[in-house]
Amino acid sequence: MNISLFITCFNDTLYPNTGKAMVKVLERLGHSVIFPFEQTCCGQMHYNTGYQEETIPLVRKFVDVFKDAEAVVAPSASCVGMVKEFYPQVAQRAQDPQLAKAVDDLLPRVFELSQFLVDELGVEDVGAYYPHRVTYHPTCHSLRMLEVGDAPLRLLRNVEGIDLVELPDAEECCGFGGTFAVKNADTSVAMMGDKIKNIKSTDAEVCTAADNSCLMHIGGGLHRQRGGVEAVHLAEILASTEEQPL
Amino acid sequence: MSKQQTPTFQETAASYLDDTQLRRNIGHATQTIRGKRKGVVQEMPDWEALREAGRALKTKTMRHLDDYLLQLEESVQEAGGTVHWARDAEEANRIIVDLVKQEQVKEAVKVKSITTDEIGLNKALAAEGIQALETDLAELIVQLAEDEPSHILVPAIHKNRAEIKALFKEKLDADELTDRPEDLAEAARLYLRKKFLNAKVGISGANFGVAETGTVSVVESEGNGRMCTTLPDTLITLMGIEKVVPKWKDLEVFMQLLPRSATAERMNPYNSFWTGTTENDGPQNFHLVLLDNGRTKVLADEMGRQTLNCIRCSACLNVCPVYERTGGHAYHSVYPGPIGAILTPQLKGLEDEGAASLPYASSLCGACYEVCPVKINIPEVLVHLRGKVIDKKKKEGSLRDKLEPEHVGMKILSRAFSNAKRYERAQKIARTGQGLFARDGMISSLPGYLSKWTSTRDLKAIPDQTFREWWRQRDE
Repeated sequence: MNISLFITCFNDTLYPNTGKAMVKVLERLGHSVIFPFEQTCCGQMHYNTGYQEETIPLVRKFVDVFKDAEAVVAPSASCVGMVKEFYPQVAQRAQDPQLAKAVDDLLPRVFELSQFLVDELGVEDVGAYYPHRVTYHPTCHSLRMLEVGDAPLRLLRNVEGIDLVELPDAEECCGFGGTFAVKNADTSVAMMGDKIKNIKSTDAEVCTAADNSCLMHIGGGLHRQRGGVEAVHLAEILASTEEQPL
Repeated sequence: MSKQQTPTFQETAASYLDDTQLRRNIGHATQTIRGKRKGVVQEMPDWEALREAGRALKTKTMRHLDDYLLQLEESVQEAGGTVHWARDAEEANRIIVDLVKQEQVKEAVKVKSITTDEIGLNKALAAEGIQALETDLAELIVQLAEDEPSHILVPAIHKNRAEIKALFKEKLDADELTDRPEDLAEAARLYLRKKFLNAKVGISGANFGVAETGTVSVVESEGNGRMCTTLPDTLITLMGIEKVVPKWKDLEVFMQLLPRSATAERMNPYNSFWTGTTENDGPQNFHLVLLDNGRTKVLADEMGRQTLNCIRCSACLNVCPVYERTGGHAYHSVYPGPIGAILTPQLKGLEDEGAASLPYASSLCGACYEVCPVKINIPEVLVHLRGKVIDKKKKEGSLRDKLEPEHVGMKILSRAFSNAKRYERAQKIARTGQGLFARDGMISSLPGYLSKWTSTRDLKAIPDQTFREWWRQRDE
């Protein structure tokens, strides 16, 4: 399959290794991947903060870049959630029926990585090796917006050498919430505190998730506390092999 | 609601987060109730179908609200009741105060009702020398403590047994009191029973008003509501116009959805239904006051109107990670939690700074939507309202508003993101700009807007190579 990568601005700029890992996994499974250079940002930050007019050009851009793609895959549940859940509303706001149609046409071909692997490709074992104790945090948008279900866990369970431990109160939000983390920093950190407490109770070395945004928040808190637990994106664990470990 | 500016959520949340007793009380209570709710919901094989039925019924009702309200008026009058229409809080208060004054009493017993809190009825009555006595145990606690409710269903959720014991000892002259729930309830019972038996006027809210039959309903757990709606000669019920349901049989759906979502019970303990008046049985005068107070404005908003579907179960409060940590008072509204964060700004209007801050008091985690028995998509409405807040700021905001770092940043980034070349340039500028702050790939201190991040968390620094730079290299 010809897969178009939507790396997302966040991963492109801050977490290039996650993008590289996704490339590695998809190529290992025998697919060819392309990266359209014109891509930028899905517009989630603008839309969710209320700058909805400003989202319109970004939606146009996304649709323009990916309209002919066979499949668009992104290593971010919340960016894909933005595309799937809110792009139709942005098109409506733009009062542009052509854009609305283009959005409707493209949406079924846009996937989050774990969902794409498990539900679309039917692959649960990607041939990864990762001999570490790991706990998985189901991010809110992966869980409740995209409903990825246990796709990430199926993939993780098939990783050789992994010691996967269940996270208590896993489904509770970590407190990131985009600009919420800054606008309501006090409340955000109170939520993060409980998430970190639960992560540490598992004795894991690594906390993983399908979103680097939540992991930046959790990982930033862990690092500040010198918590001895690292936040690592799911794609990077799946890319790791015995020959080329993470 | 008053025109006075309320404080913003951001401003006051910290003080509530610092209240360790409050954190413990609310954390314990919400965790317990959400565990129980999960249990009684999971045992229902048709729960999702019921939610969908609830949503569909409410949506239909809102679509023809005018017709159903007129039908309700006619049915209530036919059954011997009187119907009053109140445009806003002021008008509703005037109507109710006048009705109570006609009965020449100095005291009225009240069923727990948030709608009466919304209009500030107790204050309006007090101004005329009439004491409104709260008879719901938790409302009584809040009233005696001269406090405000902090939860839609469990107004005293922020208080624990020891605090209640101390309060009752002081206010109810109950010297020999322990903090056992039975003893606390008994002390309240002894105090209230006398009040019920002497009451001439009862005041209630309403959970439902059936257009077809004129039947009005109050759903409660303690039986005090039953006393208030049956013992006094005169019963005055304040009902938000969105509480109307078309048919009697529609209650079948809501009477299943409500108790399981609210108190995690299979069936609600006290369900009172009355239709007008009955000779020599119960109140001989029944007044139904129908309240708008901003509701028709909410109805006019295509996206926002689903907020009116709310049946006040408060399941969304109990699962909300924000509410669980700040408690209800941080919302500065009688409607706290996720539903309050969308209802309050729509009822009060975004001119109120406190109300305009509420759509941001959420991480958009979606737990509220997942449990809502009538499927109100709260995150979607939150985002919609944020859009309105920003649109308003763009149109009417001061220069200072427009120079806020977030506002400026969003504008710049929107321009940068709409063109790949500009976007790459912005990446490079950011990477150079962080130079002073980054150490070993992490940033632990930033000035200004982003200091809110770095005061408690480290921030990942931008690495030397972006993904696209790597890809370009790989292609070569």
